[in-house]
Amino acid sequence: MSTTTDPAPVLSMTGVSKRFGAVQALKDIDFDVSAGEVVALVGDNGAGKSTLVKAIAGVYSPDAGDVVFDGKHVDIQSPSQAQELGIATVFQDLALCDNLDVVANLFLGNEERRGRALDEVSMEKESWQLLRELSAKIPSVRIPVASLSGGQRQTVAIARSLLGSPKVVMLDEPTAALGVAQTAEVLNLVERLRERGLGVILISHNMSDVMAVADRVAVLRLGRNNGEFRVADTNTQEIIAAITGATSNAVTDRAARKVPKEEQS
Amino acid sequence: MSTPQNPPPATSTESASAVPADLQDERLIAAEGIGGWLSSTWDRIKSGDLGSLPVVVGLVIIWGVFYALNPAFLSSRNLVNLVLQMVPVGTIALGIVLVLLLGEIDLSVGSMSGLSGAVLAVMFVNNGLPVWLAVATALGVGVLTGLVYGALYNRFGVPSFVISLAGLLMLLGLQLTVLGTDGTINIPFESGLVRFASQLFLPVWLAYALAVAIPAGYLVSRFRTSQRRSAAGLSAPPLSALAIRSGLLAALLIVAVAVLNRDRGVSYMVLLFFVLVVLVDLAIRRTTWGRSVLAIGGNVEAARRAGINVKRVYLSVFALCSTFAALGGILAAARLASANQSSGGADTNLNAIAAAVIGGTSLFGGRGSAYSALLGILVIWSISNGLALLSVSANVRYIVTGAVLLLAVVIDSLSRRSRAAHGRA
Repeated sequence: MSTTTDPAPVLSMTGVSKRFGAVQALKDIDFDVSAGEVVALVGDNGAGKSTLVKAIAGVYSPDAGDVVFDGKHVDIQSPSQAQELGIATVFQDLALCDNLDVVANLFLGNEERRGRALDEVSMEKESWQLLRELSAKIPSVRIPVASLSGGQRQTVAIARSLLGSPKVVMLDEPTAALGVAQTAEVLNLVERLRERGLGVILISHNMSDVMAVADRVAVLRLGRNNGEFRVADTNTQEIIAAITGATSNAVTDRAARKVPKEEQS
Repeated sequence: MSTPQNPPPATSTESASAVPADLQDERLIAAEGIGGWLSSTWDRIKSGDLGSLPVVVGLVIIWGVFYALNPAFLSSRNLVNLVLQMVPVGTIALGIVLVLLLGEIDLSVGSMSGLSGAVLAVMFVNNGLPVWLAVATALGVGVLTGLVYGALYNRFGVPSFVISLAGLLMLLGLQLTVLGTDGTINIPFESGLVRFASQLFLPVWLAYALAVAIPAGYLVSRFRTSQRRSAAGLSAPPLSALAIRSGLLAALLIVAVAVLNRDRGVSYMVLLFFVLVVLVDLAIRRTTWGRSVLAIGGNVEAARRAGINVKRVYLSVFALCSTFAALGGILAAARLASANQSSGGADTNLNAIAAAVIGGTSLFGGRGSAYSALLGILVIWSISNGLALLSVSANVRYIVTGAVLLLAVVIDSLSRRSRAAHGRA
């Protein structure tokens, strides 16, 4: 299935299925991601992206299929188990506490202690180290998260997911609702995650973002695999065709009408 | 940067520059030395991060007005009475601060305190059991009540408002049942409990020693933190700023002790209350549990996803709130040397909640501190005591207290809006 030449992928799923009552949300899905690779997961609304993400994150357990993580067969039953394995998820709503500062949010649920008290000094120091490594632009880690911009909040959420030193990071629509500059910042961040040798799963509707950072694009359609492309050898039209499930549809027709015109001129 | 910087240990970050790690962003407005510290404090206040400033200002105005109307208000004798009077409800307000931090409420603290006073009096006076057993049982009833509230909240998701409203009635019924036909039980004046609450005062030397030792301890602990911060390559507040803060604290405590010592002095019960306030403050700010409470008050879903055991935190906070209410009831019974059918009734509930809110704890969760219980109860009891000195009857007292509460909530809302506009959440 995979066209990669990389060694064994860090996360590999084969034949994963999930049913909700009469709805077959996922049917025989194959999906994998290697270390140091950005895989974009795309598909229309209802294609099964969210279900697949939640299956990886441990929110749902699949009805059938095989999941191999880091060379071992695993059965992910709960979100905390997924985190322990090394799968970090940044959900779209970020889940930050607005009233707490950046340090408190980064270490929430994982606080470092010195005796019985919180060790604010070493937590702050490590926060700065982490944010520097990500070249994140956060002016101060002692201000409440509510006062940060959308891109900065996204950065905090991503940095937070890295604290458990995961092997795979899933980002759900990280650039939705972000401005041009902030989107670029987040895309830089994604590339830095790849440089750190993490497997990155990027869920996005935005084709230009996908083409900009992903190495590989996996397309889902109506709960099934509908093609996999290496970004280097494909174009947006091909991916959109796979997403919409037709080589001839409103989008491709428009594109086709446009191309001859451009050739004429 | 003017902060003294011993060479930081070689870290992977670019700490070669002398600028502390947290001040390297060029967008930060550098605040240097003591002047910078003062000006950044002023900026914070202007942008709506008022902290406890409005209450302190309000307290000064209230004291000024009552002093002008009747100079006896600020006499040592009256102030000793005032701090003694405020302790029971202040203790209850401490528990209210905790539930408010979660964004919840407990409306039954008044009846809880009444019930615990009744349990204490019946066991100690009517049945002649040892005082420690009576106190422990009364506190145990508080713990149990809180655990039931927490369990109901966790299991059925009923709003705490409704649970505690039902609890208010049930606890009141239990209080009347426990008291039985007597109605009023008097606790003997010579018992240790009553002496503790009204007659035991710190020796003069001990009161002054504490007033000096506490700021000194504060200074040492802040200085240690500050040294660890510079060692870690972070900015540290200038020593002069720490010294000024500790000096102000020492001056405040010494003046307070001096004024109280001109009459009977500092009561052990008042000391107990202060110790509880400091302990709760440390628990909120410096422990994992306190961080969980604040996180849940800010965003429950985020806290849950961060792996915090949300249900356990709810359970612990409801239990603590009821326990503080029970303790408040014990202290009230001890101070008045009696428990009766109206103990914990009337305005106890509302005074406790109003104290927490007036002191600056937000009704919306995630924002507040233990000191708001102390400051708020000082405001409420100053009004109550001052109006009583002027021989104003209860009707006016209720109206004035209500107006102050309204003012406090308006200030809370305004400063919240201003904080949002200045990006301070």
